[in-house]
Amino acid sequence: MSLLKAEEIHKRYGKEEVLKGVSISLERGETKVIIGPSGTGKSTLLRCINQLTPPDQGRVWLDGEELTRPHADINALRAQIGFVFQSFNLFSHLTALQNVRIGPRKVRGMKKDEATKLAMEELDRVGLAEKAAAYPAQLSGGQQQRVSIARALAMSPKLILFDEPTSALDPELIGEVLDVMIGLAKDGMTMLVVSHEMGFARSVADEIVFMENGVVVEQGTPDKMFRDSEHPRTGEFLRKITELYGETES
Amino acid sequence: MTFAFDGSYLPDLANGLLITLEVTAAAIAMGFALGILLALGRVYGRRLSCGVCSVYIQIFRGTPLLVQLFIIYFGLPTLGIRLSALASGILALGLNTAAYQAEYFRGAMQAVRGGQMLAARSIGMTLAQTIRFVVLPQAFRIVIPSWSNELILMLKYSSIVFTVTVLDLMGVGKRIASKHFNYFETFLVVALFYLALVFVVSQSLRALERRVRIPGLGRSELLR
Repeated sequence: MSLLKAEEIHKRYGKEEVLKGVSISLERGETKVIIGPSGTGKSTLLRCINQLTPPDQGRVWLDGEELTRPHADINALRAQIGFVFQSFNLFSHLTALQNVRIGPRKVRGMKKDEATKLAMEELDRVGLAEKAAAYPAQLSGGQQQRVSIARALAMSPKLILFDEPTSALDPELIGEVLDVMIGLAKDGMTMLVVSHEMGFARSVADEIVFMENGVVVEQGTPDKMFRDSEHPRTGEFLRKITELYGETES
Repeated sequence: MTFAFDGSYLPDLANGLLITLEVTAAAIAMGFALGILLALGRVYGRRLSCGVCSVYIQIFRGTPLLVQLFIIYFGLPTLGIRLSALASGILALGLNTAAYQAEYFRGAMQAVRGGQMLAARSIGMTLAQTIRFVVLPQAFRIVIPSWSNELILMLKYSSIVFTVTVLDLMGVGKRIASKHFNYFETFLVVALFYLALVFVVSQSLRALERRVRIPGLGRSELLR
């Protein structure tokens, strides 16, 4: 059974149908990278998966439990799905430590010292233990994004959704975030990543999913997608994006 | 001209000052609690509760405070509800400031960036937890400057309770002045009392603002 299964997801904003029946699934420990032109619905798909944006149609299962069923305990289900935002969205009034600790404390009901210990471990895992007392505004973008990954990890999620985690970063800060993500993939974390970092996709992804105009055009292993994609659009896009972003960090 | 103010009245004025503080503190506290509820209703409420809160705010901001006080003190007895002068004063000021505080809180809540709520919901917080642990702590810090303004206004507006026989600072001053016909001197002293009070309150709030300040959050952030 797949860890995550999304079936025939439709989402419409006014007249614009952003998602036109997208299906995607992830096995435990798998990393998939979604690529595609902007405005294609990649971010919307991620938000439809954890119901931050409820889809108009379609169903989503996590580990066999349906998120889209009426009266599902959506908060409890969402707590099992990490989400990393393009703009970090750390809680501005909390220190790095408090940002990571608040989930285990308030959502999981963990005791304070226990949660603190866990939060410190997660900060250490992303290499930021010494920044525990810093507020978000005192951290660089790369550091903020690593704290936000630690915040997701502290909830012991079954999978983590990454919404263009490096797009808002200065080029020299991208590497530190990708390194953390590569480490997670090696540790067996299940990840669904929207990203244009082709080097990362090529070296870490089990599969690359190419989306355009609200549908999945093609998916397959990085090798297949880069060497002999079936659709001309896929190859064209991959060439363009590789030219644009290069293939750093592989 | 001689300055005809008898220092032996200072204890009476001090008593009046205590009443002024009592009325203001009670009204502000009531307005704070009610104001937060009204703001929550306006920002997160469904159509009905949002509508009710809006109407409340419209009514209390749209009519003079003095008229509200007179309706409560002179008008309610017609319906069989008799409140003491002090209680009427506190109630009128409290209901009135609630409407203003609600608007300040609403603005502050809406100034908390949307991504903060998304992040809170993404780790599994309920809407109530999100409001309590993420939105309000930030909104309170954002609201302090405008809220200080409201507190200072209330300190001064509380003087209208003398019209319903409460012996606050203004009420005591009025009584002394009419007894000795030294309006100029007495009200100068009364004014100094208010000025000192406002000074102390605004300095304390400024200190509070500094104490709870967080890098990257607050007034300067909003001006960017």
